[in-house]
Amino acid sequence: MRNKKLVNYSKYGYLFSIPFILTFLTFTLYPILFTFWIGFTDLTGAGNTNWHFIMSEEAVGGPKPLFDNFVAVLGNGTFQKAFKNTVLIWTLNFIPQMAFALLFTAWFTDRRSKVKGQGIFKILFYMPNIITAATIAILFNVLFGYPKGAVNDIILGLAKAFGVKKDLMLSSPNDWKIAVAYDFNNNGTALKLIVAFVQFYQWYGYTMVNLIAGVIGISPEIFEAAEIDGANRVQTFFKVTLPCIRQILLFVLVTSLIGGLNMFDVPQLYAGEKKANGAVLTLNMFVRSQGLDNRYLYNKAAAASVIMFIVIVILSSILFYVLRDKDEAKLKKLRKQELKALKKGM
Amino acid sequence: MADNAIKESSIKKNETGLKVVIYIVSVIFAIMTLFPFVIMFTNSFRSTFEIQQSTLGMVSAHPFQNLAKNWNEITNKEFHPLIGFKNSFIISTLSTILNVYFSSLTAYAISAYEWKLRDAFNNMIVGIMMVPGTVTTIGFVQIVYKLGLSNKLFLFIIPAIASPMTVFFMRQYLQASLSMEIVQSARIDGAGEFRIFNQIVVPLMKPAIATQAIFGYVASWNNLFMPLILLTETEKKTIPVMVKLLNGDIYRREYGAIYLGLLVTVLPLIVVYAFLSRFIVEGVALGGVKS
Repeated sequence: MRNKKLVNYSKYGYLFSIPFILTFLTFTLYPILFTFWIGFTDLTGAGNTNWHFIMSEEAVGGPKPLFDNFVAVLGNGTFQKAFKNTVLIWTLNFIPQMAFALLFTAWFTDRRSKVKGQGIFKILFYMPNIITAATIAILFNVLFGYPKGAVNDIILGLAKAFGVKKDLMLSSPNDWKIAVAYDFNNNGTALKLIVAFVQFYQWYGYTMVNLIAGVIGISPEIFEAAEIDGANRVQTFFKVTLPCIRQILLFVLVTSLIGGLNMFDVPQLYAGEKKANGAVLTLNMFVRSQGLDNRYLYNKAAAASVIMFIVIVILSSILFYVLRDKDEAKLKKLRKQELKALKKGM
Repeated sequence: MADNAIKESSIKKNETGLKVVIYIVSVIFAIMTLFPFVIMFTNSFRSTFEIQQSTLGMVSAHPFQNLAKNWNEITNKEFHPLIGFKNSFIISTLSTILNVYFSSLTAYAISAYEWKLRDAFNNMIVGIMMVPGTVTTIGFVQIVYKLGLSNKLFLFIIPAIASPMTVFFMRQYLQASLSMEIVQSARIDGAGEFRIFNQIVVPLMKPAIATQAIFGYVASWNNLFMPLILLTETEKKTIPVMVKLLNGDIYRREYGAIYLGLLVTVLPLIVVYAFLSRFIVEGVALGGVKS
């Protein structure tokens, strides 16, 4: 018995972490460092094995300043457009996504009016999130098709029902149809709105389920106390529920931010890089198109992805800072001061 | 109960009013969710000509003939759903097994043992959760090209061993549910550490493993960005990479075939979801991130 107690178990901590660490080093850290490095080289062209550090004498076109690739990417009009598009589409999707997720969370977790059948609603709302984004993108593309597609058929049906005739001069019924139909997929603004909508469609259920899980985890006594104190629904939600799920809000915000800035599947398959003058070109699509598609500007693609990385780190840190537990931070500070005082006293 | 105390009629009226609003909005969202799928389903049984007349038409006179025709149309070209399913199945199944097993092991290493670099390691895992996938892409692709490894499925399986997000969830779960007394008594009975993990800790983690497995499987099944770059041979393509073909010029305006191709990729997911949805949505799944 005594021998057992003397066994040092700490080595198992290291041992059991080895598979994770080895895989992480090989398949994540090494490629990341390699990406950073490529951003500082002249690596372009498929199958190029003869490439150099950008400041060296052998670099293509002579030595260049250290951050040449980064400056080139930041000054690239297409990159700037991709950046603007990504932020715009993310915002257009994120605000309604959060608003509706919070609204449904408030409704479905309300203790006073138990909503019947909410299980089915939750299951339905979450469903688009598990379906392949590529499939959803193409499905919506066909639905918004021109001149024939479900949405245009609905518009046509409504136009007929209300007797709207857009162009009376058109003689044949087919012409009339085309005059009413709208070519969504070739209009920049429409494309942005649709892609934002598809993102919303796929993610509001996910956000809602996360938030509901957080609310379920709150101790019921807190709500009872709020009720006894006479707080109404709205007050309870904003003053009790939301502060209690701060951790989950942070998780949802950060994952949505990272997912949003990495947006790729839907805009790529819905419209592609060039449709309507690059109306839905996102940062990830820019990286891919620089690195592939017969361009093979690997150094520029690497620089662009490093810039994305830096933007995400900055924005995540801001979120962490804003949503940090202020009381806990204060307590920690106080404790530190007390310790210092104690030490001085001694 | 407290609810019975509220008896004033004005409050009750408000209550029903609110409920009506809740139901109307929920039903609108439910219709919005289902509409695309219903259109996809009905149009898979219609010919391209019928669809061009109207997308919203319901039943065709020869639904099954149309279905067969649409099926021939898609499979005669480059879209081979069965190959896609096979590859997606191999990648998703193996990567999910590796993902949950090694994430549990890593989480156990963090929560059950005291070791010097533990806190540093734990902080590092939280840190790398924030790293976006894109920043690995260019480097990863270059390494793969250099080693001549494109079109190898293992590229999407082995990396699952290091999934910081899953480790994070597993650790949260272990901290709440693992009692070191069980581990201690197993040690006294003479069980080795690795055996304790496999025979005691893994069964204890079943709920967490089940939910993380679902999420891992779906994420792996739907992954598009890297496979699109690295899986270029038809024989190696996964379902999302295959789906991309439906958008290309080869199926231009063959609407019946496009709808059927989409349906084929969605059907297995919906069947699986029908069985697992309660589990996902009940919130057990995400219990790990409780405040």
